[in-house]
Amino acid sequence: MTRFSSTRRHWARAVSVLAIGLTINWVMGSAVWAADDTADAFIKRLSADLLDTVKADKSILSGDINKISVLVDQRVMPHLNFQRMTASAVGPGWRQATPEQQKRLQEEFKALLVRTYSGAVTQVSDQTIVVKPLRAAPEDKEVIVRTEVRGKGDPIQLDYRVEKAPDAPSGWRIYNLNVMGVWLVDNYRTQFAQEINAKGVDALIASLAERNKANSVRKADAK
Amino acid sequence: MRGVSLSAKCAGLACAVALLLSGCATGPNANPKDPLEPMNRKIAGFNDSVDENVTQPLARGYRDYTPKFVQRGVHNFFNNLSDVRSTLNSGLQLKGKDSAESFMRVVVNTVFGIYGFFDVATEIKLQRHNEDFGQTLGYWGVGSGPYLVLPLFGPSTVRDASGFVVDTTTDAVHTIGDVATRNQTTAVRLVDKRAGLLDAGNLLEQASIDKYSFTRDAFLQYRRSLIYDGNPPEEDGPDYSAEPTTAK
Repeated sequence: MTRFSSTRRHWARAVSVLAIGLTINWVMGSAVWAADDTADAFIKRLSADLLDTVKADKSILSGDINKISVLVDQRVMPHLNFQRMTASAVGPGWRQATPEQQKRLQEEFKALLVRTYSGAVTQVSDQTIVVKPLRAAPEDKEVIVRTEVRGKGDPIQLDYRVEKAPDAPSGWRIYNLNVMGVWLVDNYRTQFAQEINAKGVDALIASLAERNKANSVRKADAK
Repeated sequence: MRGVSLSAKCAGLACAVALLLSGCATGPNANPKDPLEPMNRKIAGFNDSVDENVTQPLARGYRDYTPKFVQRGVHNFFNNLSDVRSTLNSGLQLKGKDSAESFMRVVVNTVFGIYGFFDVATEIKLQRHNEDFGQTLGYWGVGSGPYLVLPLFGPSTVRDASGFVVDTTTDAVHTIGDVATRNQTTAVRLVDKRAGLLDAGNLLEQASIDKYSFTRDAFLQYRRSLIYDGNPPEEDGPDYSAEPTTAK
């Protein structure tokens, strides 16, 4: 009798610990990203999240740049290693740049990307994203995640280079993006190198700022 | 008499060499993939002005005033011709499954889709494959050669331009006897393509500091990716971001 009731107590305790653990995990999981996602699960969740948010918001779909900037800052930037992206695009000049210059480079590069590609957001209607099976070992620190955007017309290839980042919300950060076979950061490398080689880092910052100003004027005119 | 013609020939040759050399890139910023940069830039400028003044307005008018189902039909019709090209070139690259799939697409769309106006094949989940002779050459190891901007046709490479010539001569439109009809069909095909790109808008101009080099680099990456069907081997280069930097 005594042995039976102690076993039962043991089980009861185990079950309650399990229940509490599951509840915590469920609450945490819905409020916070699970820090042990695989790379493809991370991309799948991020893309689905962003796509749903965009589809549900009419002002974003119409191209409201302020709303899109807010969305990018809150929901996209935490999952990007933007410093790495900028450094990679700038190339050897990055190490010679002062911290102030590096900060400005990041700001202007980010503004360029957000302004330019916010137009793409207006094309979103009924697309879905299909994440392809991950071809990497579990211990790899840098991984390519391949996805496809499917909607009307041919599917569009969309790949991500992600790095393991223990301090990121989901354990991974994106450091390069590939659309239809073109790696974004790589494409900007020549652009930036041309400017730096000709006139230096400050000239690059000035060119970017000028491009951003021209784009914002054009968008204002278009409205 | 012979002396005069010889010196005239020499002058002619000198002119030709000078013209060719003036199109060649020299100096510290010369890109090894783009030795003809100065010439290419001029042609790109010409293409841009034709696009702005002729092709874009035509494409916009087409998009805004042609009934949508007509636009779709025209688009599907030309896609069907491209599928014929893909079938041939997948075969040449020994990609049996892709070739068979493209062939089925052509059959289904031509028979059930009334000469390709209806894209029945996509409804039944037959995937499109994009193969052309330039890719076939690339697949079998032919290097791309210098970047080349073709008048009116835009970015290409020496290899892909040759491939394009082959594609054109084996294209169904080429078999149309009447020159006027053939030209009109080609014009409609160009307008259809341009209309499809209108939504991309000024993306290339807004996204870049130098539109020419941005377009060139994107195009070269895109072609390389097509040859490897979306999975190109990595090109090694130094990664300046991997080391810890001062701004933290």
